[in-house]
Amino acid sequence: MRKTNALALAALGTALAMSLAACGGTAGGGGDKTTGTGNTGTGASAAKHNDGYTKVVNANDAKGGTLKFAYSDEPDSMDPGNTYYAFNWNFTRLYARPLLTYTAAPGEEGLKLVPDLAEGLGEASEDGKTWTYKIKKGIKYDDGTEVKAADVKYAIARSNFSEELTDGPKYFAEYLDAEGYKGPYKDKNLDNFKAIETPDDYTIVFKLKAPFSEFDFLVANPQSAPVPQAKDTGLEYEKTVASTGPYKIESYEVGKQFNLVKNEHWDQATDTTRKQLPDRIEVQMKQSAEDIDQRLLAGQIHVDLGGTGVQTAARAKIVGDAKLKDSTDNPYTPFNRYAMMSTKVAPFDNIECRKAVQYATDQVATQAPWGGPLGGDIGSTLMTPTTVGYQQYDLFPNGADNKGDVAKAKEALAACGKADGFETNIAVRGDRTKEVQVAEALQASLDKVGIKASIKKYPSGDWSAQYAGKPDFVHKNNLGIMIAGWGADWPSGFGFLSQIVDGRFIKASGNYNMMELNDPAVNELLDKGIQTTDATERNKIWGEVDKKVMESAAFLPFVYEKTLLFRPESLTNVYVHPAYGMYDYTWLGVKQ
Amino acid sequence: MVAFIVRRVIAAVLMLVIVSVATFAIFFLIPRALGQTPEGMASRYVGRDATPEAIQGAVKRLHLDDPLIVQYGRFAKGIVAGQDYSLGPRKAECPAPCFGFSFNNNQPVWPTLLDRLPATMSLALGAAVVWLVAGVSIGVISALKRGTAVDRAAMTVALAGVSLPIYFTGLVSLSVFAYTLGIFPGGGSYTGLTEDPVMWFQALVLPWVTLAFLYAALYARLTRAGMLETMGEDYIRTARAKGLKERTVVTKHALRATLTPILTIFGLDLGLLLGGAVLTESTFSIPGIGKLVIDAIRGNDLPVVLGVTLFAAFFIVLANLIVDILYAVVDPRVRLS
Repeated sequence: MRKTNALALAALGTALAMSLAACGGTAGGGGDKTTGTGNTGTGASAAKHNDGYTKVVNANDAKGGTLKFAYSDEPDSMDPGNTYYAFNWNFTRLYARPLLTYTAAPGEEGLKLVPDLAEGLGEASEDGKTWTYKIKKGIKYDDGTEVKAADVKYAIARSNFSEELTDGPKYFAEYLDAEGYKGPYKDKNLDNFKAIETPDDYTIVFKLKAPFSEFDFLVANPQSAPVPQAKDTGLEYEKTVASTGPYKIESYEVGKQFNLVKNEHWDQATDTTRKQLPDRIEVQMKQSAEDIDQRLLAGQIHVDLGGTGVQTAARAKIVGDAKLKDSTDNPYTPFNRYAMMSTKVAPFDNIECRKAVQYATDQVATQAPWGGPLGGDIGSTLMTPTTVGYQQYDLFPNGADNKGDVAKAKEALAACGKADGFETNIAVRGDRTKEVQVAEALQASLDKVGIKASIKKYPSGDWSAQYAGKPDFVHKNNLGIMIAGWGADWPSGFGFLSQIVDGRFIKASGNYNMMELNDPAVNELLDKGIQTTDATERNKIWGEVDKKVMESAAFLPFVYEKTLLFRPESLTNVYVHPAYGMYDYTWLGVKQ
Repeated sequence: MVAFIVRRVIAAVLMLVIVSVATFAIFFLIPRALGQTPEGMASRYVGRDATPEAIQGAVKRLHLDDPLIVQYGRFAKGIVAGQDYSLGPRKAECPAPCFGFSFNNNQPVWPTLLDRLPATMSLALGAAVVWLVAGVSIGVISALKRGTAVDRAAMTVALAGVSLPIYFTGLVSLSVFAYTLGIFPGGGSYTGLTEDPVMWFQALVLPWVTLAFLYAALYARLTRAGMLETMGEDYIRTARAKGLKERTVVTKHALRATLTPILTIFGLDLGLLLGGAVLTESTFSIPGIGKLVIDAIRGNDLPVVLGVTLFAAFFIVLANLIVDILYAVVDPRVRLS
């Protein structure tokens, strides 16, 4: 899972259309967990609220000017091979071209993979264990030299098999048949990396340990952007990335300023998903988050790079001003915010006690800390509405107004043998204000049915390694409920579900399946799904997995998270890319 | 006098060593004493889905499995002799004084500190001029107009200055003067003095005034209290009895005596600010030492926190040293004590 907005979960056409049609700014109230309160797109000529969700706003291909981004932090790295920040999987495309990418379009069209560096999508062998890609001839780096297949092989070797580049995901290391390979920094001979073959300069062949029908999604990850071995400077490569995109790096002062200028060796004819409109692109880092909002509203900058939306103060100002609100979009982020109940901590080892929590929870109260309906729709499933495979259902309806069903909760408690309630602990990341408020809301809900929950706060830095992600610690400290969130790295049910529900992924530390659910039926479905080549059939399986896990009552969804993005008038070609859950940074231009 | 200075310099160096040991212990010894493992620490500095092998690699690369005394020794040796750091295909040299490499962004700490110093100095020195001039002037006028509307108004403003936090006055000033009236540039506009002196000045006006507002209020109150006390002294009455002009009495006799403790505090305040004006730099997004350290604390970037702490301690110790020496110059009895 990427650190902030993991790669947006794609929508099935129907899911996205449903969510788009259902949006509408329901004021007050908690939204409807069975229909959602998504986003509206209007057909008015002047840009309206959420227009960027369904069409390109301020379409204008005029060139020139400086596109200004600001960001409240600094990313893990600007090296496409060493970053796990969601916005960077969007932003690095300005200077790095992976084998595949997503179509540049709003709505469901934007979820389709298209060739980028490659000539076409991957060709799988019959057994699904070998994937072959042909790369386009004549693609050049910013120094004019031609990209070769070996550069893609090297890029994957360095990003997945070195001790130094630790920030990006390691999916290739996990799925490629590369047992014993020590990485290019310890073993300079790339021929020893036998899991990838390059029979000629324009062909690259991946050999997997097991069939993996969604391999195309993996090579849409920026780690497949080519890196010439001679130019690799390891951790410092982020300052001198060999560019294949429409822009190249002019300078990078780490943690301060990142500047891009046009790459004269980029050829629009080879690229269907990017534009090259501004003369230069500037990113200021480590800026005050509140000040970024003020500068956005004043038109002094164009985009908040993080893509996570405006802060509370600016949100209040925008909501109270119809004109400002017309300049915003309210898309889903890839995240589901939820709690997991540990099936190994009593009394949650009894499904009826878990059901009692499901019914007792006031989901309007747990939605409030996220900012009400603008901050997310009330959830009832694992996958969010913008995940391929999402199916809408609600196994635990908790009242018509979603404010909890005390009677049903008490019935479940009686069935659990705890008619008078019980005591438990809610674990939460203490430095995440919204999650603490959610824990408090949940605590109040449970108190109404006699469940006395104490809130235990832990630091987010060690949350996964030392506390909620460490089953031994969870058991010893009787952590029955853990507040968490999850977004996937690629838009499919497998990308979303595998890490959090596969019982074989329960780790001694760094565990995300905090339910400790190890259901053979779920595991088998996951295996079956990833080996199924037919997309429709595969997506149906993800829906089955979702339902099977919800039947365990160990997963308590709170909200399908949404964000509020502001688009200044001076920004052109703006639309929310569904694969990233934020504006498409490779399309933006500025008015002169 | 020379012996006195030597003694104070040795004491200052010892103080820096103690600060470095104490800071190191806070960030490395206490977590370990509370059960933190090297792997637990390393897991903060690798990707979220890092494999156990990647975490072990980070443990080795950051030397987190070494005994603490060895880790401190390496840190201290780096300051004196420099050290190397693996970047992957090659090693990076970090010449002395090397304060280590950032765990988060793999940059050497010392050049980062030097890079951030001009912004912090620009902010601190400019604000110091503003608050010293404004604070002392207001304090003197207030003392001379004691009990009048002017005094009461000045002290009310001073009370507001002391009470209002910088992140409030800063955001309000940005909202009004940068984003509404457009008189000054907004946050994140800081530019180096040598790069663009005009923009440097324009971008710093609001931060100077915001920071100086707090300190000027303090200094006005201190000056007023000092002036009131001094103006009641016998030698002031004598000066007046000699027929000196009131301006001379105030500036040459009263103010001079009042300024001595003010300047002492000024030296320490300035030393403190040179170690980073955290709130002002954060509010105005000025890439100074204060912004650096607050970001490092948020990111558990221990080498940077350690480096900034020592850097800030150096300025405070230096300011103390200068004050001590100046005292000795002014008052020979200090040298003997």
